Amino acid sequence: MQILWRLFKVFFKLGLFTFGGGYAMLPLLQAEVVKKRGWTDDKELLDLYSIGQCTPGIISINVATFIGYRQAGVKGAVAATLGMVLPSLIIITLIAAVLNRFMYNRYVVYAFSGIRICVVALILDVIYGLWKKGINDYLGAVIFAGALGLLLAFNLSAVWVVVLAGVAGLGLKGRLKA
Amino acid sequence: MIYLTLFFEFFKIGLFAIGGGLVTVPFLFDLAESYNWFTAKELADMIAVSESTPGPLGVNMATFAGFHAAGVFGGVVATLGLVMPSVIIIIMVAKLLAQYQCNVRVQRILDGIRPAVIALILFAGLQIGKLALIDVLHVIVFVAFFAAIHFWKKSPILYLCLAAVVGIVLQLE
Repeated sequence: MQILWRLFKVFFKLGLFTFGGGYAMLPLLQAEVVKKRGWTDDKELLDLYSIGQCTPGIISINVATFIGYRQAGVKGAVAATLGMVLPSLIIITLIAAVLNRFMYNRYVVYAFSGIRICVVALILDVIYGLWKKGINDYLGAVIFAGALGLLLAFNLSAVWVVVLAGVAGLGLKGRLKA
Repeated sequence: MIYLTLFFEFFKIGLFAIGGGLVTVPFLFDLAESYNWFTAKELADMIAVSESTPGPLGVNMATFAGFHAAGVFGGVVATLGLVMPSVIIIIMVAKLLAQYQCNVRVQRILDGIRPAVIALILFAGLQIGKLALIDVLHVIVFVAFFAAIHFWKKSPILYLCLAAVVGIVLQLE
């Protein structure tokens, strides 16, 4: 019981003090889970991140589930994961409730018009970063162009784009190399 | 039963949004089109709030979207749905982590998905862009912010706060 509470507490803290999740969380995770608690070591943590690259789901949740499971089985996994998401649930619910009330205020409308522009700029910058990592061969460029074409022409749903791209990767990558 | 639909839709996002974070955005766009839970404009506001509050971006987005769709309990259900695929898959993987390696086939599938995810995010960005950049003044502000973000690489929170101030000062609609 004590270990469940401790898992919950540590991951609650991580959820509360990291912005963005994923790689942004790594330094704090290392300090808390490796150095202070000794629940895992640096190598396993990095393995976990690389496995996060080839399993679905949100990396920070994957890490919480994994470490919780190692410490205390399924119950531990649930305790750590709940700890990780609870700060988000509380904070976002409060903000969403408050925002709903102020969304018609003139100045809030102005502010969010500015913020929306900034969101587009942030997304574009993320794409620029991803571009260098994700598209490094001919096939990658073809899949990118194909996906964008399908989206622009037919507004295909995101699930289908991911499935089709996965199939293309499996089929074509093998063939091009053979 | 809206809670069941919410759970199922976000379970699907947790399963398919490989990479997490902003990758959830195109999926949420699909939801904005299929259900009247929230509009594309509200989605842009959710991204801003989710980036400037603590917690994993994907989880914040799910809570926000679920709350918009069906109140407090909607936020809880959407978040649980998003997280569930991770919990199930990792518990299965944890038992054999020592032997588990990303195998060649999984690697190929992911190599295929990665460029498509970039297209998905770009498409979502274009749609938000259409809503946000409605005249020349907006485009000028956009170019200024993109340059600042790209060359100075400060925290997104800083830029979002700055953008709010710019919006109020210029009285952007």
